Amino acid sequence: MAKYITKRLLYLLFSLYLIITATFFLMRLAPGNPFTGEKQLPPEIQASLNEHYGLNKPWYVQYGDYLVKIAHWDFGPSFKYNSRTVNDLINDGFPVSLFLGVEAILIALALGTLLGIIAALKHNKWQDYGAMIIAVLGISVPSFIMATVLQYFLAIKWHIFPVARWDSFMHTILPALALASTPMAFIARLTRSSMLEVLANDYIRTAKSKGLGQTAITIKHTIRNALLPVVSYMGPLSAGIVTGSFVIEKIFGIPGLGSHFVMSISNRDYTVIMGVTVFYSIILLSAILLVDIAYGFIDPRIKLTSGKKGE
Amino acid sequence: MEKLLEVKNLEVSFQTYGGEVKAVRGVSFDLHKGETLAIVGESGSGKSVTSQTIMKLIPMPPGKIKGGQILFNGEDIVKKTDKQMEKIRGKEISMIFQDPMTSLNPTMKIGRQIMEVLTKHQNMSTSTAKERAVELLRLVGIPMPEKRVIQYPHEFSGGMRQRAMIAIALAANPKLLIADEPTTALDVTIQAQILELMKDLQSKMDTSIIFITHDLGVVANVADRVAVMYAGQIVEMGTVDEVFYDPRHPYTWGLLASMPSLDNDDKSELAAIPGTPPDLIHPPKGDAFAARNQYAMAIDFEEEPPMFQISETHFAKTWLLHPDAPKVEPPEAVKRRMRKLASTFEKPVLVQEGKS
Repeated sequence: MAKYITKRLLYLLFSLYLIITATFFLMRLAPGNPFTGEKQLPPEIQASLNEHYGLNKPWYVQYGDYLVKIAHWDFGPSFKYNSRTVNDLINDGFPVSLFLGVEAILIALALGTLLGIIAALKHNKWQDYGAMIIAVLGISVPSFIMATVLQYFLAIKWHIFPVARWDSFMHTILPALALASTPMAFIARLTRSSMLEVLANDYIRTAKSKGLGQTAITIKHTIRNALLPVVSYMGPLSAGIVTGSFVIEKIFGIPGLGSHFVMSISNRDYTVIMGVTVFYSIILLSAILLVDIAYGFIDPRIKLTSGKKGE
Repeated sequence: MEKLLEVKNLEVSFQTYGGEVKAVRGVSFDLHKGETLAIVGESGSGKSVTSQTIMKLIPMPPGKIKGGQILFNGEDIVKKTDKQMEKIRGKEISMIFQDPMTSLNPTMKIGRQIMEVLTKHQNMSTSTAKERAVELLRLVGIPMPEKRVIQYPHEFSGGMRQRAMIAIALAANPKLLIADEPTTALDVTIQAQILELMKDLQSKMDTSIIFITHDLGVVANVADRVAVMYAGQIVEMGTVDEVFYDPRHPYTWGLLASMPSLDNDDKSELAAIPGTPPDLIHPPKGDAFAARNQYAMAIDFEEEPPMFQISETHFAKTWLLHPDAPKVEPPEAVKRRMRKLASTFEKPVLVQEGKS
């Protein structure tokens, strides 16, 4: 197990290196630079800015410098936000995004699996159709529409929750719901189809032939086996969600990390692009690693060995 | 002998998009205490549906018991609710399935899967159940049961898994054990071991067994009585000797003739029954076997044959036993094994409708 994790961590570092390198060069290939704007800067100022940020050095020196800095967890200064470093941006924005993301994941997971289980147990009955209508709505209605609908009814009309901003726990509920709607619907569909598959298995008939009731069969024999696909979906989902959602954060005026992701690209804010990409990758890769480890606990047939996967 | 199970005129159908599949069409048989009844027949003959209906394990819907009774200890199972069935399944009647690879839950330890039965039906505490699970594994011949009990099914071989299945099935000392092709998925040496084990445990626990198989060799080995099923009906039923040495139904002849035997000379080809079983959405008029039967007479295509009784225990559903039927010779391979049995009646007796 320890050997397996060490090996996976090494792979993780290697993947990270590839991601850094690819982003670094793709970013330079894109036309424009951080200092192109409405107003053309005088060449002298441009040159001194380039020198200040080290952009006048040859690309391989910049690349080498960057790798060294990243190894020390230093993402460098932002080109756009004066006197703020990328580390500052991440340190300020990430806790907010993380809180919102975790809340949304918990909502999505709880409601999604619940809907999926009900739908599967009541296959082709009204409960099934009802749950799947909710799921289709959740998948097809984009989160920003869901957000405005929630704001309109729950905040403006009925005054249950505040409309926007990020001050108290009450403020977090609406954005978390909006953020959770799509993954919840996806998890519901995933759970349903996987439950139906498990329920058709011979060992469910065996469980029934032992005289176990429906509840015992569902809890002991079905859910655990049906949750594997959901667990594997949790990896990318949690990475995507905890690193922030640009749209939701904009709508609710939340100071999260999501907006930096998008803004940095159009700003050609090289260090921010690199920083948040690397940060996002680290979260994604660790989430996937955690999911793989969780696999081994859920399904004993999957052995976490440093060679091949068991059976 | 005391009757444990009485199945009377059982009819089971499945509603499908193509129409109603009449999988079991009026099956009647009984089973005594401690007896082993083998049900044989090809795929789709309704043998598995019959046995799963006894435990009400068929999915309902699309399955439906259209008629008949299943009397277990005198009580009609057909009328019981799912809640009442939970007290019967695993405790009074239990089942071993065909494929031990898929019949055990892959994410649950073998011991826990046995303990479930014990805690449910024997009111055992977890720790007593654990000890009992080890004992049961030892009883079914699994070496090092203390170690095996905490392993998962994928750490067991096929034969070991079937032994574990047997341990689960016998955990609550059921009165009836239904074995649905328990050896089909196993290789021949393991088959023999499993059959030996089942016979051994049966004599120890005095359980009745319904043994479903299409392997006549297995039947000869384990059964007291045999029921031959075709197209959802029992076409011949008798003791092992009667069915093997004095078969009367042309379908049974076909089955016996297609069984490879060491006495077969290498010149004669192994016989096969031509054609395929009939469509049970629209069962044929007359005898369901008529289209594949080389001995079929005109009446076979018109009217369903009644049950004839050949001895106290031997029944066959064919017009060939009618007094007006011409005398026919069974195939060579069957004739060679034919014997005169002392219990046979002078003449086949027509069984009155609704009884067998």
